[in-house]
Amino acid sequence: MITQIIISGLAVGSVYALMALAMSITYKASEIPNFAQGEMAMISTYIAYVLLVVQGISFIWAFFFSLLFAMVLGMALEFVFIRRAKEPNLLNLIIITLGFQMMLYGLAGWKWGADQRRLRMPFSESETYDLGGGIVVSQLGLATIGTAVVLMLIIWLFLRFTRLGLAMKASQQNAMAARINGIRTNRILSVSFGISSVVGAIAGMMVAPVTTLDPNMMWDPLLKGFAAAVLGGLTSLGGVVVGGYLLGIIENLFGFYISLEFKSVVAFLIIVIVLYVRPSGLFGRHYVRKV
Amino acid sequence: MSGNDFFRVEGLTKHFGGLTANDSLSFRVERGMLFSIIGPNGAGKSTLFNCINGLYRPDAGKIWFRGREITGLSPHRIAAAGIGRTFQNIELFANMTTMENLMLGRHLHMKTGLFGAAMMFHRRSRAAREEAAHRERVEQIIDLLELQASRDKYVSQLAYGTRKVVELGRALAAEPDLLLLDEPAAGLNNEEKEDLMFWIQDIRREFGITILMIEHNMQLVQDVSDRILAINFGKMLTEGTPGEVVNHPEVLKAYLGG
Repeated sequence: MITQIIISGLAVGSVYALMALAMSITYKASEIPNFAQGEMAMISTYIAYVLLVVQGISFIWAFFFSLLFAMVLGMALEFVFIRRAKEPNLLNLIIITLGFQMMLYGLAGWKWGADQRRLRMPFSESETYDLGGGIVVSQLGLATIGTAVVLMLIIWLFLRFTRLGLAMKASQQNAMAARINGIRTNRILSVSFGISSVVGAIAGMMVAPVTTLDPNMMWDPLLKGFAAAVLGGLTSLGGVVVGGYLLGIIENLFGFYISLEFKSVVAFLIIVIVLYVRPSGLFGRHYVRKV
Repeated sequence: MSGNDFFRVEGLTKHFGGLTANDSLSFRVERGMLFSIIGPNGAGKSTLFNCINGLYRPDAGKIWFRGREITGLSPHRIAAAGIGRTFQNIELFANMTTMENLMLGRHLHMKTGLFGAAMMFHRRSRAAREEAAHRERVEQIIDLLELQASRDKYVSQLAYGTRKVVELGRALAAEPDLLLLDEPAAGLNNEEKEDLMFWIQDIRREFGITILMIEHNMQLVQDVSDRILAINFGKMLTEGTPGEVVNHPEVLKAYLGG
């Protein structure tokens, strides 16, 4: 039984891990926790819905175009809003992301209403595979886990081996040194917001078929993703992924053995405990800047 | 004609609120020279460097480099124009190795596209060959600055003096035509200072780099400089050969008080 609970936890955990990863990518690049992350993913998922269900184009193209849209949306947040801030401090920037979040939320409410819609995916939730020993996983669950793992691998390879990835890493560690070495840190920041938005959009497309498509759909995944990021350590991309999966599993175990009603509260309990015991998270490093 | 000089600053002024950090500074540096800037703490020396390499935008005045005006350009474009620098407080990528820091110094010279992944494709691909050429260049700098022992260590683990040398190495890796050194000897012990003096002379000889240096150590400044600019409270006190400047009454007054 416990194996079954863990397997189900992994599927939910994939979504948390991706949201946490999305948060962490922008946080590392800019030190801004982006509260619009969830709404950006929600809008991108609506775009996928419009393309897939309303326009009726094929799944692959709908997926591709909505990710392209997510990339542009993320870059627009940086270029149109964050970059324009005059002498910004961190709080101003956080409030900009909150403003952007409300704009997108209002936009979705106005355009699509509060109706709960279904995003049809080529993966079914009722179709299950037997992993042996009575342990089953749904097709959708398997697709979710698989997509998340592939995406994380791509991001890891990108950061580790490409010139742009290296420039991102350099800008995160020391923006001034990056600039005087010829790296356009503005552009790097834009790209970071874009990539983070794409990761969030993929999470959104995984959430929508399980729950429903409506303007509130990303609230829960965003907060859980944030909890996962705090648990793993916001500054460690690998750490937040582990945090996401851990949270998915812990939540499921708690729901089964202790209380299903209070399942959702676990994430916030974890935030509080982590902040008391180990504020930098399980894998986070505090960069102490020597002056 | 300002356009014919290698490097020229004309009437450079920078205010911070009511404070004038640089007050119409003008000077000229010829190719191959080692030009030093001296002055008491808070004289505006680092502000001048920040204006030159684009971290600050000057309020007035112009800067020319190799016949081109570079005033107010962004730092990455000034770096691309051929001006490198080190910082007083050392600005390195602390969670990367010495080698990685130096390779990032080569960033400007990397021709493969931003998504080019040197190690993932075929060994003899263009990207892989380019990567090998950059590595070779960096190895030469590691040899020159005797950084072999720190090559694969994280910068955060290195001693202060070594980190200063790594930063110098990263600036050299970019192959600048003009190198700005902000207090290279500060915090070094005597032996390290001596090494540094030799390296600075080596760098000029072997790479033909023109150097603009801020330094407090008067002995070092006198020994290596071709010309010296002395400033105080953002204004120029005097400019000339080491002999002329160190005996100038204004300079003596600024340094010894009176």
